[in-house]
Amino acid sequence: MYSYLLPEFTIERKTDRCIKCRVCERQCPFGGHKYDPDFDAMSSFEEVCVGCQRCAVFCPTGALCVQPHHSQYKPNYNWTREKFQDLKKQAETGGIILTGSGNDKPYKVYWDHLVLNASQVTNPSIDPLREPMELRTFLGKKNDTLEIELNKEGFEIKNELNPNKMIELPVVFSAMSYGAISYQAFKSLAMAAKEVGTLFNTGEGGLPLEMRGEYGGNAVVQCASGRFGVDSEYLNCASIVEIKIGQGAKPGIGGHLPGEKVSLNVARNRMIPEGTDAISPAPQHDIYSIEDLSMLIYALKEATNYTKPISVKIAAVHHVAAIASGIVRAGADIVAIDGIRGGTGSAPKIIRDNIGIPIELALAAVDKRLRDEGIRNKCSVIAAGGFRCSGDILKAIALGADAVYIGTAALVAMGCTLCQKCYTGKCAWGICTQDPYLSKRLNPEIVSIKLVNLLRSWEREIKEMLGGMGINAIESIRGNRDHLRGVGLEGWELDVLGVKGAGE
Amino acid sequence: MTGYERKSSERYLPDQGREACGLFGVMNTSGKMFPGNIAISAIKNIKVRGNGLGGGFAVYGLYPDYKDFYALHIMFEDKRRDVKTTVENFLTENFIVTYDEQIPTNPHVNIFHPPLVWRYFVTPEKKGDERNISDDEFVVDKVMHINTSIEDAYVFSSGKNMGVFKGVGFPEEIADYFMLDKMYEGYIWTVHSRFPTNTPGWWGGAHPFSILDWTVVHNGEISSYGTNRRFLEMFGYYCTLYTDTEVMAYAVDYLMRRQGYPIEVASKIFAPPMWDVINRMDEKEKHLNTTLRMVYGPLLLNGPFTVIVARHNEMFGITDRIRLRPITAGAKDDMVYLSSEEAAIRTVAPDLDFAWTPHGGNPVVVRMNSTDHLLSMENSI
Repeated sequence: MYSYLLPEFTIERKTDRCIKCRVCERQCPFGGHKYDPDFDAMSSFEEVCVGCQRCAVFCPTGALCVQPHHSQYKPNYNWTREKFQDLKKQAETGGIILTGSGNDKPYKVYWDHLVLNASQVTNPSIDPLREPMELRTFLGKKNDTLEIELNKEGFEIKNELNPNKMIELPVVFSAMSYGAISYQAFKSLAMAAKEVGTLFNTGEGGLPLEMRGEYGGNAVVQCASGRFGVDSEYLNCASIVEIKIGQGAKPGIGGHLPGEKVSLNVARNRMIPEGTDAISPAPQHDIYSIEDLSMLIYALKEATNYTKPISVKIAAVHHVAAIASGIVRAGADIVAIDGIRGGTGSAPKIIRDNIGIPIELALAAVDKRLRDEGIRNKCSVIAAGGFRCSGDILKAIALGADAVYIGTAALVAMGCTLCQKCYTGKCAWGICTQDPYLSKRLNPEIVSIKLVNLLRSWEREIKEMLGGMGINAIESIRGNRDHLRGVGLEGWELDVLGVKGAGE
Repeated sequence: MTGYERKSSERYLPDQGREACGLFGVMNTSGKMFPGNIAISAIKNIKVRGNGLGGGFAVYGLYPDYKDFYALHIMFEDKRRDVKTTVENFLTENFIVTYDEQIPTNPHVNIFHPPLVWRYFVTPEKKGDERNISDDEFVVDKVMHINTSIEDAYVFSSGKNMGVFKGVGFPEEIADYFMLDKMYEGYIWTVHSRFPTNTPGWWGGAHPFSILDWTVVHNGEISSYGTNRRFLEMFGYYCTLYTDTEVMAYAVDYLMRRQGYPIEVASKIFAPPMWDVINRMDEKEKHLNTTLRMVYGPLLLNGPFTVIVARHNEMFGITDRIRLRPITAGAKDDMVYLSSEEAAIRTVAPDLDFAWTPHGGNPVVVRMNSTDHLLSMENSI
């Protein structure tokens, strides 16, 4: 514990309500509550509180209130409380400050400055409750042309098609590895993806053997710099194979799974000794150039006999458009771009908060570049990084995404409250932990239904918005920036986004 | 394509036009020529569908004496002679111009701000690398150049033995102005009466739109315009007029000329069956329809439209996948009619053999010396 730091949160216990049932004590993995039998009293330890609200919502009498600590240093615009506390922590430890979840700094959220269109008079809006509204999406490289032959039975396609994965709505669960999240959370994502007809992403922690048969068809399996869990069967049981180059929360560095979270089962799936840190190298050491990437893409295509689209995931950085173009030319079927607000189970705070660019700008730039070069149909683009609602998703598709990855939103649906302590392995909600006492708090049968509900509600909302625009198939809004307008954006921002200002 | 300089951002593109319109098309499937009065009378009957801000005609079989030459109908706004000189210099650099003349007009017809309209009969004169591309591709490239890079010049049509006459006014006024009823005969006539909800009193903005011998007349508003436009841009088609009809013309050219698909396939791309329907098809049909949607999703034309597309020996009409705009077909002997209104057809052919309303996405394909158009009667209303 750090000395001389103000607690982040204050725990208020209404003694007239508290019945000393000790639920809070059992629920808090950080030791924030303790029962003292000598005095028959509950006491709180505010310095360990992370503000996850687990105790507050589980308190049967509503006796607890956890809120940001009232005491503060002399207010200072430059030296904020967070900067102040970080300095003190580093002075004490000499270490890099770790954090979890996505960037929480007030970078402009462009989704909140883009508005969608609707039909009035000149064309009719469509009522999705009464008429078909189609969200089916294909991920992969599209053929440039088809050889269609007319024979006596009708038209027939003669040429071979590039592998594509069909999903029923353009929302895919983002890479969250078994190891970073609990088996229960991992399985919940797989079950929900299967139920809805979309995909989950295994991250770089492998896919447990017993899940391959049932959930492989809905899996995007990752091949990351640590190569954890990669074997031939792993690649071949999946729908899509993804090469992970970068992650929006930590561009330029690899994954970190602390040894505390490497339980026996995690170790088995990653093919590493139990309890050892699983540190992925920052680069893929067989990829020092675009030619090397191409070799890995084709190695994976060979390994899967050209039956699966190969995706390459990168963090959104300054020259993202040129990099994406190179990736497509290197043979990738899908380019996944993760923006600055993308989440993580563990990352140095300085990197999470300062490196990368917003997904909105990156996506717009990539889509435009691929079109300018005439290669947009040679790949699908998946956008990731901080999607909060179906409005964000539809705006991303209008900017040019084929589909989006959602990570944080899915975690919140499972119970996460964004306390950002994923890296401690002590998640009170049973999500980001390997402690069986905590992880059993998630029941995949129940949690997967929450995830399904989330996707279904978004599906309904997207259909409503599409219908309002007079569009009944998602492919007709894809890259259709005519249906977007900017509000409160500067000229250069509108230029990069390729959208007009509202009223224009 | 050469000669087109992209602006730095798409936000500088003008808005897409929005319009609701009247359409009529007629073809003689034996190839017999007939004068313009059928098309003119029919479109006059549905005057309510236009508002006098645009009308136009496409005529096939127009120039039998020059049938081997590309006939370029080019307009010069404000009758600018200097632009005409620029265009002519460009034409002589790239083509052999066999004959040219001003398209005759009736000076007694009072019409809004007419441009100078000239026709050129040309043969491509390809140089260097251009020899590797087909004549058609070469012509498309040069037409795009004139439309995008030479201000105040615009190519109405560029096919062989056909031509487009259009302008600002009701279609019957345009017909009077160009004296279509007296001067020309053709075996296909398509006509359009425009009701734009945006403003431009611009002659280039009237229908039909044309590239090579393709012409398109269209009613509706394509909600997928941005998607369609940006997909076609990848293949060198730049929409300079910002009406959804132009997108349609280029999409037809891309799919039917460049990719070589018949209209029966193209129509599955423009107005595909719903997934619910595809799911119930037999494996072969399902594979075809799924693949077309997968590969050509960006060319799905979403939103309400009816379109009549023509080229030599073929005319077809189609309406959107959920039939938000009307189309009616009629047939009498070897004359086949398509229109947005049955009334327009009945005006000129009161005793039809058949009249029918096809389903959304089900094309009426009228072909020379065939009865293919009757196939669309199946399942019709």
